[in-house]
Amino acid sequence: MHPALQGLITIIVGVGGCVGYFYFSNQFLDKVLFPAKGENAGRNINRANQIRPWLFLFPALFALGLYLAYPVFATLWLSLTDRDAGGAFVGFANYRQMFQEPKFWEAMHNNMLWLIIVPAFSTGFGLLAAQLTDRISWGGIAKSLIFMPMAISFVGAAVIWKLVYDTRPADQDQIGVLNAVWLSFDGGAFSILFLKIVPVLLVALFAALMAFTIYQTLRPVLGREKGHGKSHWWAFVLRAFAAIAAAWMIWLSLDAIVSLVPARLPYGEPQTWLTIPFWNSIFLMVVLVWIQTGFAMVILSAALRGIPEETIEAAVIDGANPFQIFFKIKVPQIMSTIVVVWTTITIVVLKVFDIVFAMTNGQWETQVLANYMYDKLFRANDWGVGSASAMVIMLLVTPILVWNVYNARKEMR
Amino acid sequence: MRSTSSKKSPLVWAVHISVVLLVALWMFPTVGLFVSSFRTADQIANTGWWKALFTQERQAPAIRIAGVEKEIDGAFVISGNLFESDKVTISRWGTSSRAPEAYEPDQVVDLGDGETLTVATDGAFRLSAPESFGDSRLPRVFTTATRPPEFTLENYRFVLFDPNNREGMAKAFFNTLTVTIPATIIPIVIAAFAAYALAWMRFPGRSLLIAAVVGLLVVPLQLALIPLLRLHNDIGIGKGYLGVWLAHTGFGLPLAIYLLRNYMVGLPRDIIENARVDGATDFQIFVKIILPLSFPALASFAIFQFLWTWNDLLVALVFLIDSTGETTVMTKQIVELLGTRGGNWEILATSAFVSIAVPLVVFFAMQKYLVRGLLAGSVK
Repeated sequence: MHPALQGLITIIVGVGGCVGYFYFSNQFLDKVLFPAKGENAGRNINRANQIRPWLFLFPALFALGLYLAYPVFATLWLSLTDRDAGGAFVGFANYRQMFQEPKFWEAMHNNMLWLIIVPAFSTGFGLLAAQLTDRISWGGIAKSLIFMPMAISFVGAAVIWKLVYDTRPADQDQIGVLNAVWLSFDGGAFSILFLKIVPVLLVALFAALMAFTIYQTLRPVLGREKGHGKSHWWAFVLRAFAAIAAAWMIWLSLDAIVSLVPARLPYGEPQTWLTIPFWNSIFLMVVLVWIQTGFAMVILSAALRGIPEETIEAAVIDGANPFQIFFKIKVPQIMSTIVVVWTTITIVVLKVFDIVFAMTNGQWETQVLANYMYDKLFRANDWGVGSASAMVIMLLVTPILVWNVYNARKEMR
Repeated sequence: MRSTSSKKSPLVWAVHISVVLLVALWMFPTVGLFVSSFRTADQIANTGWWKALFTQERQAPAIRIAGVEKEIDGAFVISGNLFESDKVTISRWGTSSRAPEAYEPDQVVDLGDGETLTVATDGAFRLSAPESFGDSRLPRVFTTATRPPEFTLENYRFVLFDPNNREGMAKAFFNTLTVTIPATIIPIVIAAFAAYALAWMRFPGRSLLIAAVVGLLVVPLQLALIPLLRLHNDIGIGKGYLGVWLAHTGFGLPLAIYLLRNYMVGLPRDIIENARVDGATDFQIFVKIILPLSFPALASFAIFQFLWTWNDLLVALVFLIDSTGETTVMTKQIVELLGTRGGNWEILATSAFVSIAVPLVVFFAMQKYLVRGLLAGSVK
């Protein structure tokens, strides 16, 4: 019971200390330093009120500075020095070394895939679930069941999905759902329908959606709507970036279609799903999509409810069908919320560590940046390269950071 | 909305069916783990968990006949029942692994040397021989039988209460709890005061500080690992509970300040102004007015921080767990089990469910506050 007792003491000391600090520092300020009486009472009250905010803020600022702001700079410095040479400054040597490692590029490549696929599918499923559950009487229950994976740890989710992906030798009963389903396909017409035609159609649909995205993002830039408000240079960069990402997705989709159609699928053989390169990354992404969909659904459902009824009624009167109402009336109105959900999930994805660590540990070409960094820092004990990869994560987060700060400032004005 | 949609009944049905499918898809993996944690190792290894709920026919592992021999009519006989349960129905049986389904129930089989064996549908067997069995090995029986669903609590007993189980979850459970509670409470106190200052006090640089908090909200904690571990080692904390509490406090503060400030700003101005006019100090206003009114926001953040610290692996790995492994937490324990007991699903499933259970209870009990916090935390 020793650690529990220590915990209890920490709570008492921590909470008591904080409250005590706030109380006594205020008392000190009011009674000793600047007493609100005597000849300087008025000036003293003013002075005390100037100092008081900083008394309230001090512990938080101290902790934030020490635990979040300072490490950014310390890590930057570590990434530029060599630990073995006693912390000597080595310039970009660590970065150069990192860029020469194939594992790093594998992690970057996978991370880019994660960054596009997970937010896209989580937001998509979340929007679908929000729209569907809002229209039925038992939607509340359905929502809380879809939302439930949010409470499950990444490690717990890894165990749950490892059972789904489990593989047994061919002569035994499969205990993983995925393999059990897979073995029910035998190569007949039914299999061709579900494993070739339907996936090809779905992928083609996805590619078409991406093409539409490119069209939508580039349309304002290409000059059809010139003069509509001010457009910033970073908006241009953002659009170009989105267009490139979408083009990459189209390329991947077409590639998948071309390779799937003539492929001879190994029917009847149980697959070890987590060792098939490329697909195993997708299987890991499924876990995160499963977790994050609930989050997207909750936020988007609130946004959908916030849409003014009149706009929908007007559309109904004008004879719009449900799909038109959804895509042309509702989605444009909640676009800003969709962006917020998307960026929030993006940040989760950039930090994703536990799922990969617990399920494959980066083997079979599933490495991602966060796990690569952990490998370098704590297995290879290479602080230079580890810190350099941490800085890469920071760099990827920075646009979102700037965007959030910009929005927060705009809102406060 | 509802009136317009109810006219198009096919569409409504499509919506109902889609939601049922979606929920089923989302529940299915978790239910699988849950059901598996109540099955025996043998059941899990032989059939998919989705068959556990039905009566099923399968081959059981070999059972070696045991019993006391009796002399009846000049023959030596051993009889008894292969199964403890009386709900098992045998369809085929055999005596060798090469032909486990060789015989029908009640068939009398000659095993050589005058030995005969018969097995009935309910598992009752009768082995007889002209001479005493002595110390010789008795035959094994392979059975193919239908049996009703069977569930056991043995996995939970083994994982939680077995003192001989060195990979048990009991210690890790208390360690996780020890990490979680202080790491949830302390940031709330610190953040509440700061949030009050940022919401209701006027001072230069306030909006800059708020912007800084928004920025720190997304800084990946990965950057903090090495510098802070070094700092902890330098000032003598090293790896341990104090370090992990401090780290969780630091990492949780931006969200706490952000959530609480947003909530406090929305509180009615009149109450606070009136209290000021009546001569209340800021400290009194905070403790007596703001804090009680901010309960929903405090609860929201508490749930976030609780779930986050309970489910955390990375911070515990770096700041808490030393080489002795005395302070291991549940997430780490499960990762270890994935390595050493990768095939023992009864242990893995049970251990994982032990660690998932508490967050799930908290989630379903306090879902309202969690949703409210999510909405305040991300919709701008």
